[in-house]
Amino acid sequence: MDKNPATAERRKERLDRGIKVRTEGIYAISSWQEMCYLVLPRLILILGILLLPFMMPSLYWNRVISIVGIYGLLALGFDFLAHYVGLVSLGGSLFIGVGGYLAAVLNKSFGLSPLFTIPIATLGGAIICTLLILPALPLRGVYFAIVTLMYPLVLFRIIEALNILGGTDGILGVASFPNPWVEQYLILVIVIIALFGLRRLVNEDIGLVFRGVKDNDQAVKASGLSITYYKAIAVFITSALGCFGGAFFVHIYMVAGISLFALDYSVIPIAATVIGGGGTLVGPLLGCFILVPISELLRAFGTLRIVFYSVILLAFIMFRSEGVMVYAQRKYHQFERWVKV
Amino acid sequence: MSGENILQVTNVSKTFGGVQALLNVSFNVRQGEVFGIIGPNGSGKTTLINCITGFIKMDSGKVLYKGDDISRKAPNQIANLGLTRTFQIMRPYYSLPAYKNLIVPLFSPRARRTGGWRGGGKLGDRGTVSIDILEEIGFERDSFVPYKLASSLPTGYLKRLELARCLALRPDLILCDEVFSGLSMSEIASMVPLIEKLQMDGITLVMIEHRLRELFRVASRVMVLNFGEKLTEGIPEVVMADERVKEAYLGSEKLLDYTFEA
Amino acid sequence: MDILIYGIINSVSLALMAIGFTLVYGISRLPNFAHGALYVITGFLVWSLIHLLKLNYVLSIVLALLIMGLLGAAIYRFVLIRVRGMATSEIIATYALGLAILEFLRWGGFKGMTYTLPVFIEGSVNIGGIPVDLQRIIVITIGVVVVAFMWLFTHFNKTGLALRGMAQDEHAAMMLGIDSDWMAVVAMGMGSMLAGIAAIALLPLGNIVVEAGYNVLVLSIAVCIVGGLGSWVGAILAAFMIGFLQIITVAYIQSHFHMVVAILAIIITLILKPSGFFGKQKELEERV
Repeated sequence: MDKNPATAERRKERLDRGIKVRTEGIYAISSWQEMCYLVLPRLILILGILLLPFMMPSLYWNRVISIVGIYGLLALGFDFLAHYVGLVSLGGSLFIGVGGYLAAVLNKSFGLSPLFTIPIATLGGAIICTLLILPALPLRGVYFAIVTLMYPLVLFRIIEALNILGGTDGILGVASFPNPWVEQYLILVIVIIALFGLRRLVNEDIGLVFRGVKDNDQAVKASGLSITYYKAIAVFITSALGCFGGAFFVHIYMVAGISLFALDYSVIPIAATVIGGGGTLVGPLLGCFILVPISELLRAFGTLRIVFYSVILLAFIMFRSEGVMVYAQRKYHQFERWVKV
Repeated sequence: MSGENILQVTNVSKTFGGVQALLNVSFNVRQGEVFGIIGPNGSGKTTLINCITGFIKMDSGKVLYKGDDISRKAPNQIANLGLTRTFQIMRPYYSLPAYKNLIVPLFSPRARRTGGWRGGGKLGDRGTVSIDILEEIGFERDSFVPYKLASSLPTGYLKRLELARCLALRPDLILCDEVFSGLSMSEIASMVPLIEKLQMDGITLVMIEHRLRELFRVASRVMVLNFGEKLTEGIPEVVMADERVKEAYLGSEKLLDYTFEA
Repeated sequence: MDILIYGIINSVSLALMAIGFTLVYGISRLPNFAHGALYVITGFLVWSLIHLLKLNYVLSIVLALLIMGLLGAAIYRFVLIRVRGMATSEIIATYALGLAILEFLRWGGFKGMTYTLPVFIEGSVNIGGIPVDLQRIIVITIGVVVVAFMWLFTHFNKTGLALRGMAQDEHAAMMLGIDSDWMAVVAMGMGSMLAGIAAIALLPLGNIVVEAGYNVLVLSIAVCIVGGLGSWVGAILAAFMIGFLQIITVAYIQSHFHMVVAILAIIITLILKPSGFFGKQKELEERV
């Protein structure tokens, strides 16, 4: 290390090796086919998401797309937390609820426009959620899951019991977005940013620390890093995604009620993650695009749709726990080899 | 070699639900030496390391590191002071390649203080530094091994990875928990020079070992633990001649053999 | 005085609800989030046997309990055995199962009318000037009998001893020739039977509603967490703690806080002392 005589040659060698490390995993693109192979799936995904509002112009389907986006953010957060940090959070509705109520209060009591309420609710809500979850961070596995499951329930009942924040009626008459296009593209762009941002993050150095916490928290401690601090950062990221979803939801439906703490927001993201394939980050998003429209189509059957996706979830976790996306990725890579031969 | 004490442990005690794991253990480690801790199975060696590094809260006692009291500090704070440890059961991050395992310690405040925000100072980013450290610790030069997943590496490399994780923090003192156990004779033969090299670099080492012959080649002083109590301390030959130590190991033929060879 | 009496009744009810959950968790380390669903399904089963098949009350209770036992065993044998050992999958699978059962009942089962079970014996007695109806006395009796039976079963019966062995160290128990999967099937069967017993004892006091499923789940978790997951004595002590806390809250503050107390108890316990106030598990305190 630094004790050794660092001559110019040695340093050059090191720099060369640094380049080798950085380029490891990058392969030379020699033909347009290979270029397509790399870029096409991502391009299709981004364009597909961005073109969705054009393909489904009806007001009803616009709403569905927005809802898919909200669930997509929650599912991304769940997948990030569960598969890259090792915390199983059942508290999707906590994030939605806190973000939603915060945005509604800011809008009604302080008269701020959505332009301000959404960023404030996102950051402020994320801070509140992180502070709430902070004491539970040393817990692991079932215990953390139970605490995060309980928070939305207790907030739900406290609002009901104290009759604050509009009680069971909720806060009505929250300002809406100027037009549906703004609404659509806001959520879709945020979803895309969140997806690629998180994908980038987990491969950065700090992302490696997160993965270290998941694999082996004792070794992270022995490496001189505070695991609580890094878990808190991860929870902050996740809850910011969720709180944005909540604030957005409140502004499209123009109401913040205790239904924001409903179990749906905890269960559907998990189901989407299991179906789409945990640990891929794209998978959960696709899972939402599959699951939420189906569940909208089944709305006529009332609570049967919850049965429906619970059963799908159960079937996937029992028989194909890798999920659709992992399967598809494997097939896609096989396809590449097949072309070459 | 200066005679200054880098680590002073006084009267450390720990009970696990009525079982006395450690009872008033005291010892000093001098700057730059290799200090061995030996003892039969279950004599509290690993518990001692866990207490010193803060992974277990000790019931009573005091640990001074470079004159500062660290007995109530969290493990990560202690590691940041330059007192690092290896684990007896190797704890790599299995889902990461070997060299990325080192990025985690290189991300710590201590490593960032010396390495800058990219981790390597002028030498490149954290990836470069970690490859450097791995080669220093005995991974083959310019081979593919550091890029392999940690889960696919054999024990010998994992032990080295443990040591490398400590080195990434640029430590002053390493507590090694059985780095030789589970290795073949040839692997041990290549580990011993490594330990000697670390000592030459000015790092103090505390080694818990069952492989006494190899330990005695590198250690200047050893301490014997038995049932959580310190039996004796001194240079290896004197310690092994002690009747109480023989008594403690009685029945453990392996040790007796080694005693005669040593 | 009425706080004392109703506190005891409430505590015993809680203990009854939670004992099945504790049993399953203690033995196979499986948090059964479908516990509440099993509770509600028993009520529905008894109701259907009485009203649709026109069986008599005692017969339908016995039949329902048998069905519950088999159902629990089947759930383990066909569903949970596939996700054993993967903590995340266990939580998700049992949670999904419970959700599916409850929401299916909400959709197909409970419509239009209120569903009630008849009480065992009509009438009430006066204790210290407070009228207590006989069904509540019966609840206490059943609670005591169940606890006593479980204690005898796990201390003197071969199967019960095997279960305890598994609870302590699954691998050692397997080495001694205990079939761990079979034992887990037995435990899950008994766990759902106990949920059934709790349902049959408690449901005559009110209507059968789907929400009860969620509440029972939360309360069971509360009792088990406060008592230390998997600890018997702890669970019973915790049931009394939460039971009295709830009654005191309802009496002096507001009845809406009934459930809030239980949920806060869970959160506070997990934050302060994750191994529970009476638990013996060390690994949570000292994680090395």
